[in-house]
Amino acid sequence: MREELITSGRMNPNIDPVLHIWHWQIPVYLFLGGLAAGLLFFAAYYTITGKEKKFQTAVKYAPIIAPIAIMLGLIALLLDLRHPAYFWQLYTTIRLESPMSWGAWILLLIMPVSIVWIASYIKEIFPKFDTEHNFIGKILKFIIEKKDTEEEVNWDWKIKFLKIFEKYTIEKRKALAWIMIVLSVILGVYTGILLSAFNARPLWNTSILGPLFLTSGLSTAAATIMLMTKDHRERMIFSRIDLLLIVIELFLITHLFMGFLAGSQAKIEAANLFLGGEFTVTFWVNVIILGLIIPAILEALELLKFKIPVILPVALILWGGIMFRFIMTEAGQITRFLY
Amino acid sequence: MRYAMAIDTKKCVGCSDCVVACQTENNVPIGYARDWISETVVGIYPDLDLEIRSERCNHCINAPCVRTCPTGASHITEGGIIKVTPFECIGCGACIEACPYDARFFHPKGYVEKCTFCEHRVKNGQSTACASVCPTHCIYFGNIDDPNSEIAKIIAKRKYKVLAQEAGTKPQIFYLI
Ligand code: SF4
Repeated sequence: MREELITSGRMNPNIDPVLHIWHWQIPVYLFLGGLAAGLLFFAAYYTITGKEKKFQTAVKYAPIIAPIAIMLGLIALLLDLRHPAYFWQLYTTIRLESPMSWGAWILLLIMPVSIVWIASYIKEIFPKFDTEHNFIGKILKFIIEKKDTEEEVNWDWKIKFLKIFEKYTIEKRKALAWIMIVLSVILGVYTGILLSAFNARPLWNTSILGPLFLTSGLSTAAATIMLMTKDHRERMIFSRIDLLLIVIELFLITHLFMGFLAGSQAKIEAANLFLGGEFTVTFWVNVIILGLIIPAILEALELLKFKIPVILPVALILWGGIMFRFIMTEAGQITRFLY
Repeated sequence: MRYAMAIDTKKCVGCSDCVVACQTENNVPIGYARDWISETVVGIYPDLDLEIRSERCNHCINAPCVRTCPTGASHITEGGIIKVTPFECIGCGACIEACPYDARFFHPKGYVEKCTFCEHRVKNGQSTACASVCPTHCIYFGNIDDPNSEIAKIIAKRKYKVLAQEAGTKPQIFYLI
């Protein structure tokens, strides 16, 4: 028998009996970051490969969610800070060894890139604009004007600079896509590295977490695109992509556990939290069965021409994605080195 | 120069004087502590082996808390002392997650706090508060790079261990066993 007790001094409920420093904010931030990364990745990828026309939703409409997700993610991160009045200190240095620093900078960079991306498509996203009757239209009257034409787009910018800017972004879309694809992969991997950089928490400290979170982020993004698109062909392709991503994810998760079980005592105990320990049911039911296996079956059935309401696999995938991050954040803080 | 501490687990009785001394000396907010006592019991009654340790930040050479800090608030100062600058700390909690010894905590004001090896005392040639008050004199503090210092001598003479060596942090609190 071996028993460890802290008999006096540290009676801090945030630390003892188990660490509980990161609450809901971090998993929400990781989820939204991964989602945004995936959406921007697909938009950039299909632009670089010259398939914009075939994947209208992925390239044009879905990226609108990205800056919103990033914004909400940053708010969640801000809510996590205990000394938030000093948050600007994040942007006074770049610390390459600190994943938090990487995250803060990457989000700062990818935010304007994604907005510029949407701006380059704004006329295609909103071809008709009513400046008379709706509220937003009335506000926007300062910068846009309506044209009486039969053309598809019935408005234009009033300010010359905006016209030039829009033209420029449209011309440079390919270059923008290259920047975006790099940034989105960094963001997607980063959401895993944020956790895996912590040696002190054996559950997190595995290099598989980076690719695993990237895959999971791409999968949630593919699901979102499936939900948004009205084009049946595009939906089928994303359904297939998503199926592939789910298989990769299952493979990586198997690898994760194999690595743990072949590791040190601390790692074995981390794995045991999911293999009989207190997170077993939560993890296997929410992440593996509901979040991965059932949507995979549904998507496979759909490919075999069965009629499946698209909301089902999509909702399950998003649920699995968010639960995965919640469980990892929560469980990781329980694991520790024993001495 | 490198400050380090050796704690004799054979002499420590777990009286918590070091805890109280630190709280008083450093104005640690009520309910918090920068050092603490832990006991490890191994065996089955009546064959028990008891080890009592006074624990605190290990002022690691390869400090993960400094590495993961996004602003540089967590930093290494002269003599290898790990400190936090409150007005640079954003309270993200990364260093708390990074420390294998759970040596850090949020001050009620929001920034992270921890043991400073009583830098203000040490600079003036005094020892740390915990080492000064220990009634069994089981805490040795000093410059481990100086072969004539008390700590260097005791480390050379006695068998010792460090906590969670496999975490790779190169901790600088040595437990004499
Ligand atoms: S013991 Fe913890 S707080 Fe102290 S230097 Fe090591 S990692 Fe940092």
